[in-house]
Amino acid sequence: MSKIKTFSKGGIHPQKYKITSDVPITDAGIPDMVVIPVRQHIGAPAKILVQKGDKVKVGTLIADADGVVSADVHSSVSGEVTKVEDAEAGSGYYEKMITIKVEGDEWEENIDRSPNVVREISASPEEIIEIVKQSGIVGMGGAGFPTPIKVDVPSGKKVDCLIINGIECEPYLTADDRLMQECAEQIVIGAKILNKALGIQNAIIAIDENKPKAIEAVQKITRSYVGVNVQVCATKYPQGAEKQLIAAVTGREVPPGCLPIDVHCVVQNAGTVFAVYEAVQKHKPLFERVVTVSGDAVNNPANFRVRIGTPASFLIAKVDPQQDVGKMIFGGPMMGTAAINKEAPVTKTTSGILLLKQTSVVDPVVSACIRCATCLDVCPQGLEPFAIANFVRNAEYQEAKKIHVLDCIECGCCSYSCPARIPLLDFCKLAKYEIRKKK
Amino acid sequence: MSSLILYNALILAAIAVVAAVVLYFAAKKFYVKPNVLAEEIAAILPQANCGACGSAGCQDFANKCAAASEEDFRNLYCPVGGKDVMAKIAQKLGYQASSHEKTVAVLRCRGNCENAPDKVEYIGLKSCRLASRVFVGKTGCPNGCLRMGDCVRNCPFGAIEMDPKTGLPRVDTEKCTSCGTCVGICPRGLYEIRPVGNNGVRVYVACNNQQKGALARKNCKAACIGCMKCTKVCADVTVENNLSYIPTTVDAEQYGAELAANCPTGAIIYTGKSNEQN
Repeated sequence: MSKIKTFSKGGIHPQKYKITSDVPITDAGIPDMVVIPVRQHIGAPAKILVQKGDKVKVGTLIADADGVVSADVHSSVSGEVTKVEDAEAGSGYYEKMITIKVEGDEWEENIDRSPNVVREISASPEEIIEIVKQSGIVGMGGAGFPTPIKVDVPSGKKVDCLIINGIECEPYLTADDRLMQECAEQIVIGAKILNKALGIQNAIIAIDENKPKAIEAVQKITRSYVGVNVQVCATKYPQGAEKQLIAAVTGREVPPGCLPIDVHCVVQNAGTVFAVYEAVQKHKPLFERVVTVSGDAVNNPANFRVRIGTPASFLIAKVDPQQDVGKMIFGGPMMGTAAINKEAPVTKTTSGILLLKQTSVVDPVVSACIRCATCLDVCPQGLEPFAIANFVRNAEYQEAKKIHVLDCIECGCCSYSCPARIPLLDFCKLAKYEIRKKK
Repeated sequence: MSSLILYNALILAAIAVVAAVVLYFAAKKFYVKPNVLAEEIAAILPQANCGACGSAGCQDFANKCAAASEEDFRNLYCPVGGKDVMAKIAQKLGYQASSHEKTVAVLRCRGNCENAPDKVEYIGLKSCRLASRVFVGKTGCPNGCLRMGDCVRNCPFGAIEMDPKTGLPRVDTEKCTSCGTCVGICPRGLYEIRPVGNNGVRVYVACNNQQKGALARKNCKAACIGCMKCTKVCADVTVENNLSYIPTTVDAEQYGAELAANCPTGAIIYTGKSNEQN
């Protein structure tokens, strides 16, 4: 086994709370109704193809990618479209969504539902990119960047390294961990498929040190696949962030304003790779994903295989929540977003739904900066959060831009470790919004 | 010994004479004639440097005034100083004073603690601009006031303050110079610059919610529901996207009381007398 690697600059060690690491993935079942947002990715919302009253099957295309930075959306259930209008998202804002009333569970005919693993990769690189595009696959780690763009290497750029991100450094979340334990071979085949599309021979599956079972499961498989290797990384947050992972695995630094492709790397989340496998080998578009439902206000935390569009309340009812839930988070506790609507649907990027106790949710008392420079020490991007905060307080956004606030990855290490409890990340986010608005 | 002191003194004196001559001619050669008029106008201006006039600060505005013809001068106006300051400048220039109406910023939201109670808690930086990106707001209204006071903190004249009773910001008509900072800062675009009106009587729709009536009412009792009743009182009132708008041309003294009385949700604010009696 090669040396355990990690990124050099900053980082923190929050409590892990990986309580669902040994809970097998179970099918969450199908709710009576799903609400599928047409924008589950970065970029333009997809164009709606269905009308009220239309009958759809599982896997039917219901919204078409609008432009390059966009993604197709498929129905996750079979039944009748009852509403095509704005519905309340987790943030409380109203977004375009398609509501489907479930009738039975009838899948599109070409989807291979058998459990056997298809090892032979028959599709050509061009076909793979086309299938990934038509399957509506986006980055499932949280950002939701459309995968076809990453796989389709622009001419003039060179790729020499495919990194599969199995780090999952957020506390509580175990969706990727379980997926690697249970579907290691599919993920490795998925990596080979992406290798073929990118025209390279090697892939590195990076897994956090705190997932020994996943490491073991994947390593067992990689022995029989040439070019796919496991890289164990030291447990440190935010190891799973794209730029930090590249730094850890290859030692290369992504320059400000550049993409991983500029340092010849492509990073894909383990869940995304699994979705690529299913799309290419099983003709199954992205309509379900693994979601961890956990938190300290949950009695029976679990990992579910969930159809996209399932309301959060449907999953929460299955895990026996306690009475004093103070906060619901979509995603991880570090970078996820608090949701105010229990009926908000699971999207392609929802890796977890967390319920935290009222007592765990504290509004910290903010005091003055004591100039301890902890925020500088922990920032994995090497920024100066306290200085950015000072510029933002005085509305000097251009000054904040000069000290590279746009390179902030919003990991929250600064806010997490600030002894004065200053919401430093909020200042950075505000600066980024204001600078982008002025453009 | 004494001759050494003498030589030193002479050399220094010679340098002084040469330097004085050089400086004298340099001062003649590079003399810049001060724009006395612009300086005097700048002295009249409030020196807030807010940019509300459209110029880059008060000195720039003064330069523009000094250089303006009588025709151009009519288009120049300092909203902060108002009529008085413009009259003084006009006098200085020997022009006719322009006749601008005093304006004031109004908040188009009545989602106070009573009408739109908080549904959720918010933990984090108390900034409307940040919160509006993260979620819909504590009240649940996607167009309403977030009540975190970005306008209060950014008003250069201290004219806006949080009303602890209502939870909403309140504009001090006296202090407000309608510089427009709040219009730009509010992420929900709730501020509008409107004429103060005769004796401070004005009427406007204090709502920005564009949802359908039932949805809007779910979060706020004082939301405009687009019922069109106000359009029957005065034909100039328009309703677009379920939201009513009263143009500034509508005579507040003539229609104001009736418009406010006819609004079923109380979304129309009338600052005239009948309102005080209520």
